[in-house]
Amino acid sequence: MTFKKPDIDTIVRRQLLQAGALGLGSALLARSALAADMVKLPLPGGPDERRLTHAFPQKGTMILQRTRPPLLETPFSVYDKGVFTPVNEFYVRWHWADIPTHMDPKTHTVTIGGHVNKELKFTVFDLMRKFKHVELAAVNQCSGNSRGYFQPRVAGGEWSNGAMGNARWVGVRLKDVLDEAGVKPGAVQVQFEGSERPVIATAPNLKKSLNVDHARDGEVMIAWEMNGQSLPLLNGFPFRLIVPGWYATYWTKMLQHVTVLDHEDTNFWMHPAYTIPDNWPQANMTPGEKDVKFVPINKMVPRSFVTNLTTGAKVPAGRPELVRGIAFGGDTGVKMVELSIDGGKTWMPTQLGRDYGKYSFRQWTTHVKLDKGAQTLMARCTNSDGLQQPMTPNWNPGGFMRNVVETTTVMAV
Amino acid sequence: MNDTQRITALGLALAAFAATALLLTSPAQAVTLKSTSVKLPESTRVFPGDSAGAKAANSYCLMCHSVGMVMNQPDLGKAAWLVEVNKMKNAFKAPIPEDQVAVIADYIDSIKGKK
Repeated sequence: MTFKKPDIDTIVRRQLLQAGALGLGSALLARSALAADMVKLPLPGGPDERRLTHAFPQKGTMILQRTRPPLLETPFSVYDKGVFTPVNEFYVRWHWADIPTHMDPKTHTVTIGGHVNKELKFTVFDLMRKFKHVELAAVNQCSGNSRGYFQPRVAGGEWSNGAMGNARWVGVRLKDVLDEAGVKPGAVQVQFEGSERPVIATAPNLKKSLNVDHARDGEVMIAWEMNGQSLPLLNGFPFRLIVPGWYATYWTKMLQHVTVLDHEDTNFWMHPAYTIPDNWPQANMTPGEKDVKFVPINKMVPRSFVTNLTTGAKVPAGRPELVRGIAFGGDTGVKMVELSIDGGKTWMPTQLGRDYGKYSFRQWTTHVKLDKGAQTLMARCTNSDGLQQPMTPNWNPGGFMRNVVETTTVMAV
Repeated sequence: MNDTQRITALGLALAAFAATALLLTSPAQAVTLKSTSVKLPESTRVFPGDSAGAKAANSYCLMCHSVGMVMNQPDLGKAAWLVEVNKMKNAFKAPIPEDQVAVIADYIDSIKGKK
């Protein structure tokens, strides 16, 4: 199998060279020149150098966060290409190292069991034949996307902002599949388990659950296609769960077991793993705070990013300059994206691009005239429910749900 | 259909169905799903040094994850590393002998502190 190597590393390299030419100092650059296959993210306090890799099957050039089990981050310049994240550059996140490296879609099955009238088992081809196909554009974002920016820093995958992606997913409604099995009265949650396994047999398998009404809302899907292609193995081939508007921890890859429960799931991966302080949408607490109630992470919150300019970029001063980015509303659509060039004192509107549905990335553009010198660009998304990105970052020990207004500092010359 | 056309078509279709989030389709051409075998890259890096801490970390940490996971962590301090190593032992069932927990935490703190 051969895959065309994308030109992203060239872009990253060029950005680094630009930053270097400006002499932006230690916050942005290593003291010594970075090797061509390295990027600097940059994360406060370090270490923030990462290797670029294209050694992973069916993946292009990715930021290597961890080799085993793989944590691969999407280079940020990819998000400027458009609202749909190329499949081979879509981020990768696995929990356990025993990942099937051979997958035959003819034999891999998902079982529907537990609190149902009849247990069923489907291959992907069974699903294709038996149920109505649906297509939905939706953002998949790791609960800990941007964890590396938490201060004080917390343990975990030290991502920059590239643990997210947007795709058009094709599959079947989980509701239709559950209805075929017949959910019994008294069902409380539906639990999902994929094919990955821990190396240590006694360690807890990754299992995640949704309330039964959520699982049957007609939006949660089992998908075998993303952006017109089959899923790369590392993104969950042959099919994965799609939970629009919710963090990726629920989007079980290589879906193997769907189990209807007549009780709330209390397994390790629901609690204490992947929990947030019980004050959504903030997910916020003071470091060291005692007696905080934690609940399973759930709906996403709005975010926005500048994508055509990176911190350290040189832009012409005194004339209208294009600023472009992406935004998403979290668990609902994007109402507006505004831009501030005065540290958040005043905000100007931006033009929203095509609407691919409320769970998708949405592109935004505007033009700004910048005075000479270092200038900050801040983008702020307000979603359709009126929820707006905050100006101060949240903190929690898991490093989850960052959605503060991000700042890109450019040099107008 | 190239990608741009497909995306444009999707956008138009979505506009037409703006009232509903789900777009019902019979995909014009379904993807072909083929049996897939891959080889995942392996990491050969190990924890640096030959101290008891390095040996313990190499013995008990790398069973489940490559060394980069630790190397990419910030300088969290000794107390936090003790919490992490205990989490690996108790929640994730790493077979770390009780008397090696502090040895590993101290070692990781020492390599982090150094920079």
